[in-house]
Amino acid sequence: MRFSGWRVLKEGLTGNKGWRPHWRNPQPKAEYDALIIGGGGHGLATAFYLAKEHGLTKIAVLEKGYLGGGNIGRNTTIVRANYGLPGNSEFYSHSLKLWEGMEQELNFNTMMSQRGVLNLFHSDGQRDAAARRGNAMRNQGDDAELLSREQVRALVPWLDFDNTRFPIYGGLFHGRGGTARHDAVAWGYARGADSRGVDLIQNCEVTGIDIEDGRVTGVQTTRGAIKAKKVGIVVAGRSSQVAAMAGMRLPIESHVLQAFVTEGLKPCIDHVVTYGMGHFYISQSDKGGLVFGGDLDFYASYAARGNLPMQEHVMEAAMTLMPMIGKARVLRSWGGIMDMSPDGSPIIDKTHIDGLYLNCGWCYGGFKAVPGSGFAFAHLIATDRPHVSAARLRLDRFETGRGLMDEEGTGAQHNLH
Amino acid sequence: MRIPCPICGTRDRREFYYQGAASMLDRPAAEAPLEVWHDYLHLRDNPAGGTRDLWYHASGCGSWLVVERDTVTHEVLGAALVEACDAD
Ligand SMILES: Cc1cc2nc3c(=O)[nH]c(=O)nc-3n(C[C@H](O)[C@H](O)[C@H](O)COP(=O)(O)OP(=O)(O)OC[C@H]3O[C@@H](n4cnc5c(N)ncnc54)[C@H](O)[C@@H]3O)c2cc1C
Ligand SMILES: [Zn+2]
Repeated sequence: MRFSGWRVLKEGLTGNKGWRPHWRNPQPKAEYDALIIGGGGHGLATAFYLAKEHGLTKIAVLEKGYLGGGNIGRNTTIVRANYGLPGNSEFYSHSLKLWEGMEQELNFNTMMSQRGVLNLFHSDGQRDAAARRGNAMRNQGDDAELLSREQVRALVPWLDFDNTRFPIYGGLFHGRGGTARHDAVAWGYARGADSRGVDLIQNCEVTGIDIEDGRVTGVQTTRGAIKAKKVGIVVAGRSSQVAAMAGMRLPIESHVLQAFVTEGLKPCIDHVVTYGMGHFYISQSDKGGLVFGGDLDFYASYAARGNLPMQEHVMEAAMTLMPMIGKARVLRSWGGIMDMSPDGSPIIDKTHIDGLYLNCGWCYGGFKAVPGSGFAFAHLIATDRPHVSAARLRLDRFETGRGLMDEEGTGAQHNLH
Repeated sequence: MRIPCPICGTRDRREFYYQGAASMLDRPAAEAPLEVWHDYLHLRDNPAGGTRDLWYHASGCGSWLVVERDTVTHEVLGAALVEACDAD
């Protein structure tokens, strides 16, 4: 079933009776060529690219809940390629290019909106850091523009420019960044993978990983044992538990990150705006809700909901930056389980077990990584070699100290990112 | 979330700084092999359920605490001074 303007018109005129489910609901088979554990954005994109780029079709995605019920359906949907360090730089640059072709590639409206990401700065030191980051982005081939205070005012006049403590000095504008519809990204990849023969198996929790003589042979699940010579772990916040099934301990701590949305309002925020003096970012969804978030709650958590202190902190940052938000009412808030790595950067790598591959450490920035991660992980699983865009996302960098990607420069240690 | 400080009593979570897993107390000897240090610094059990982690009562008595919590429910089960736990 393909989407097109004609199809929408025809269905509209004939009572929308022709739409069908977008993917099958198959029974698990006894054996596959490759298994992907985790039906979030990254797992579904991996399956899609395994089928599309590498011609593997005897594959299954095993999801313990429903497709898209994890972080992929809980994030604030910001997409950007504004990293400063080798490793992240080329990876997110590649990912953004895939975003730009995603809707055509999937024949699915993921509502990708390159509305621009504006990172504000509030001091001379921050201006220098923004200029440096902008140069790094341009060197990578992506776009960045350093805006003066007056240029920022022309874009977003409603900010509190003269805040006594944190006046706005200017901003770094990344015009190709923006937002996308998070659920649609999961659904688009799910539909694309299914139509290429991938089995998407829901309500199927992996409970064990079978290993013989240092080689993976399959998995145990709540729907029975399934054999496969290749298994990819892509379970975000649950990475430690699933890796433990293969006897591994990971450099990962799971933390809770919250997000908030207001009642629907008329269009008022055209871009993604981030505050430089506190962790706060905001955009407006297509339904009109202001979608915003802040920092982690900063304690290990699997609750998928947070506590009030961080909510208060985020609201304070919001009011400081844009007092007009005080008139909006918060409709909902929620949380997700973030797989935090010591340097705040991701891991896409083989493990010491033959045929077992690992994809984790996305911290609070893995939505924009979905296409790039799926592409690179599929390449690794299919060819046993890293894709050039992800060759530096190594698991052993913490042990060797080589190639750490600590974007914030705070140190490659847990609880600092 | 409220944490029962053995010295100050039960206090709001905001008074405390979170450090991470209590395994940080088992610092290897300086000459321990690389893998041991890697294990200590980077690798974590990261349990879903009961956990022991280190909190610092920054806006209170300034003690380091080992807090027993449940990471799934956010229930705080108890707290003890690091000195008491780390006496050996
Ligand atoms: C509040 C919030 C805001 C965020 N904002 C942004 C943002 O603005 N921009 C950005 O780039 N990123 C953002 N992120 C991060 C991003 O959402 C995540 O990094 C990314 O979604 C993680 O990858 P995923 O989609 O594959 O994870 P998930 O959707 O969590 O997928 C993992 C899946 O694995 C399944 N699973 C776990 N254990 C098992 C098992 N044993 N067997 C089978 N299946 C299992 C889970 O059920 C889950 O569906 C945000 C996250 C949160 C929570
Ligand atoms: Zn105290």
